[in-house]
Amino acid sequence: MITFIPRDKVSKNWIIIAPILSIFFTIFFGLLIFTFLGYNPLETLYQIFVSPFSRIDRISDILVKACPLIIIGTGLMLCFKSNVWNIGAEGQFIMGALLAGFIALSFPNIETKFFLLITIFAGFVGGALWAFIPAILKTKLNVNEILVSLMLVYVAMLFIDFIVRGPLRDPMSFGFPLSKPYPEGALINKIPFPGIGFLGQLHYGILLVVLLIPVSWIFVNKTLGGFKINVLGSAPQAAKFAGFKQHSITITVLLLSGGLAGVAGVIEVSANIGQLQPEVSFGYGFTAIIVAFLGRLSPIGILFAGIIIATVKLGADNAQMTMGIPKVVTGLFEGILLFFLLTGETLQKYKIKWSEGKK
Amino acid sequence: MAKKELDILLKATKICKSFGNFVANQNIDISIAKGQIHALLGENGAGKSTLVKIFYGVLQPDSGSIEINKQKISITSPNIARKNGIGMVFQHFSLFPALTVAENILIALDNKIKFKKVVDQISKLSKEWELFVDPLKLVSELSVGEKQRVEIIRCLMQNPSLLIMDEPTSVLTPQEIKNLFKILKKLASSGCSILYISHKLEEIIELADEVTILKSGKSIASIDAKKTTTNFLAETMVGKKITELKKAIRSKSKKIAFEVKNLNKMKDHEFGISLRNINLQVNYGEILGVAGIAGNGQVELMEILSGEINSKDNDQILLEKIPIGKTNINERRKLGIETIPEERTFHATVPNLTLSENTFLTYFFKYSNTKSWITNLLNNPKNSLDESKKIVKNNDVRCPETNPLASQLSGGNLQKFILGRSLANNPKVAIFSQPTWGVDIGAATAIRQKLLDLSQSGKAVILISQDLEEIFELSDKICVINEGVLSEIFDVRDITATDVGLLMGGKNKKIQKMEPIK
Repeated sequence: MITFIPRDKVSKNWIIIAPILSIFFTIFFGLLIFTFLGYNPLETLYQIFVSPFSRIDRISDILVKACPLIIIGTGLMLCFKSNVWNIGAEGQFIMGALLAGFIALSFPNIETKFFLLITIFAGFVGGALWAFIPAILKTKLNVNEILVSLMLVYVAMLFIDFIVRGPLRDPMSFGFPLSKPYPEGALINKIPFPGIGFLGQLHYGILLVVLLIPVSWIFVNKTLGGFKINVLGSAPQAAKFAGFKQHSITITVLLLSGGLAGVAGVIEVSANIGQLQPEVSFGYGFTAIIVAFLGRLSPIGILFAGIIIATVKLGADNAQMTMGIPKVVTGLFEGILLFFLLTGETLQKYKIKWSEGKK
Repeated sequence: MAKKELDILLKATKICKSFGNFVANQNIDISIAKGQIHALLGENGAGKSTLVKIFYGVLQPDSGSIEINKQKISITSPNIARKNGIGMVFQHFSLFPALTVAENILIALDNKIKFKKVVDQISKLSKEWELFVDPLKLVSELSVGEKQRVEIIRCLMQNPSLLIMDEPTSVLTPQEIKNLFKILKKLASSGCSILYISHKLEEIIELADEVTILKSGKSIASIDAKKTTTNFLAETMVGKKITELKKAIRSKSKKIAFEVKNLNKMKDHEFGISLRNINLQVNYGEILGVAGIAGNGQVELMEILSGEINSKDNDQILLEKIPIGKTNINERRKLGIETIPEERTFHATVPNLTLSENTFLTYFFKYSNTKSWITNLLNNPKNSLDESKKIVKNNDVRCPETNPLASQLSGGNLQKFILGRSLANNPKVAIFSQPTWGVDIGAATAIRQKLLDLSQSGKAVILISQDLEEIFELSDKICVINEGVLSEIFDVRDITATDVGLLMGGKNKKIQKMEPIK
């Protein structure tokens, strides 16, 4: 049997060496698998790891892709830290985008960018309302939030599908399930850089990430609210003893994470799509769960984790486009990467002991 | 004590076992004679349980050898232990509540026997050894004492030559203990050796032939139990003189501090206990002891006394005649009611937070500056760090560093910190549950002295404890909780340990000779 024994001290060197070793092992096994499947291994690795960084506009694409992951991941961090398992961010993302879209399409001629404040707020409300369902069921009826939040993802998917095929369909869409384009005031523009012009798809939504990371860091580490979340997550009995209201914390973190997922939905649609369509998310809500954990449930960790995951996702797309490697294979590679990163993380803190006998 | 080589059943030499960097057993030698009751004595964490788990094959020693009947064997699993005649009754029973006694025993047998035959054997054994239990009864319907008997029968089915009992009396009433001792003595006289683990000195003197004392993982002495005293054992076990408690004569106040009136509370989960018609009162300058076996509603009572849960009516709980049943725990703290739950880690403290953060945990309202809403929002470790340093200094809490994590403190030091944290709030009423449970004798004495001092300074104290000695040593008045029902309150001079034992076991019969105070 294998037992994990906590190390007395986490070595400073290993904090640096472990991720490097993890990447090394990932590359090694990646090479094996790609060779075995008959792809040029070095070319594949180049596409996955290097090509996303090969041009400045591609680097900005990484940021664009990481943006919703980081926003959702930060919200999920609050949930997971307090032992509330919201895995329905995907649905909250969709509902946020949908409510904001509804507001945006109700004012077809609006031009002022201040209108974005309203749509983003609507996105927060939409996501939060969707998360409020598992929150209220959990606190009032003790219903497991994992099941409810997950199942509501599929409800949200079907709901937006219905909306863009029915009530909000653009009559001019030639039968495609698309809404009318958003008015100018509801669109998030790309950032123009003086002398360079646009850098890929990089848009103003990224400013929200720049704001969110320090704010959430302060909230988690320096405020009573963050302290309450931390205590509730590590010792629920102690939270009771301190007189913290468990139910209101649970509801708050679910509303915040749902709201942030909804905001991510607004930004994704307003910046990159410009209208409602049946598919708005591409799995951001689920990927953000990995981002939150890979970032060790800390805001700064989530910033880096979001960028790493976005890189690999884009690299996988590149590999698919240029070499015809199916998504499943690159998905497998992503799995290997995660496996080794988490193993490295674990082995920093624990050592393994092999022992005989069954107990 | 010189033993003839022939008589020795089990001989262990130089047993070592460590978990990570923690050495649980270090070169332990022990030999158990046939038909001997051998006690293993030591404080919590001295390595007793580790050693017997090695004998029973649950753990493997890092080095050292075990001989049974002069044959060297390696016990790699409980299965092999049983084949070599070793049976064990664990501190926490391993029975399926939804199955009958006979079914429970059947599934644990290594060789398959027909159900009817098992029932017959159980009846036979239970008559032979006076281990009365109905084989067809569901385990969930049995009392704790009966469950233990089932465990013993289960061992006896295998005809053991050595029976290991891990702290068997911690869950029993004095009457059940007496009964158990009778059975164990009878077993020993029939030739079965018994390895008896305990940290209760009186029991060992009464029961054992020989006692081996463990301290910090080493065996420091093997003594003839018939020729020793509890004092000697205690001092050997702790390694120093134990200071006596200073009990001054108190000026009794007649002023009622804290009252509970007709309190009922339905259990909120399947394994909880419903509180039924609880009445109690405590005066200033008094310690009220609430005795009872663990799991009889102490946790539920504590929740409602502390304010973690509100009572149904506001006037079911009164502080100086003022109803406070609907106030929450922090409002009660402000009113001067301090509580300590029995669970030290994860309830009274958060293990992965520092002492200053743990100070902040219960007193954040104290540090919040009401003038500015923004500082109210902040987690303020500066004030709480000063406060926690004071607590550490005033209560002799030994820390490995200035502001350690709660998990870095030993049980005794953590409990001293928790107690100090409560006392720093200068309470009028202190309600403490199992304050010395699992704490070494040195820290336990210090904590008990603090409780006495507290009542002598005119505060009201409620002490919920399963340690009868502690209850009698400290309390002015005593009541007993059994299955969520609280007995009447008796003056300590009017009640004996036997009476309390009967009440603990649910014999709520009127005790004739005294007048209950009301």
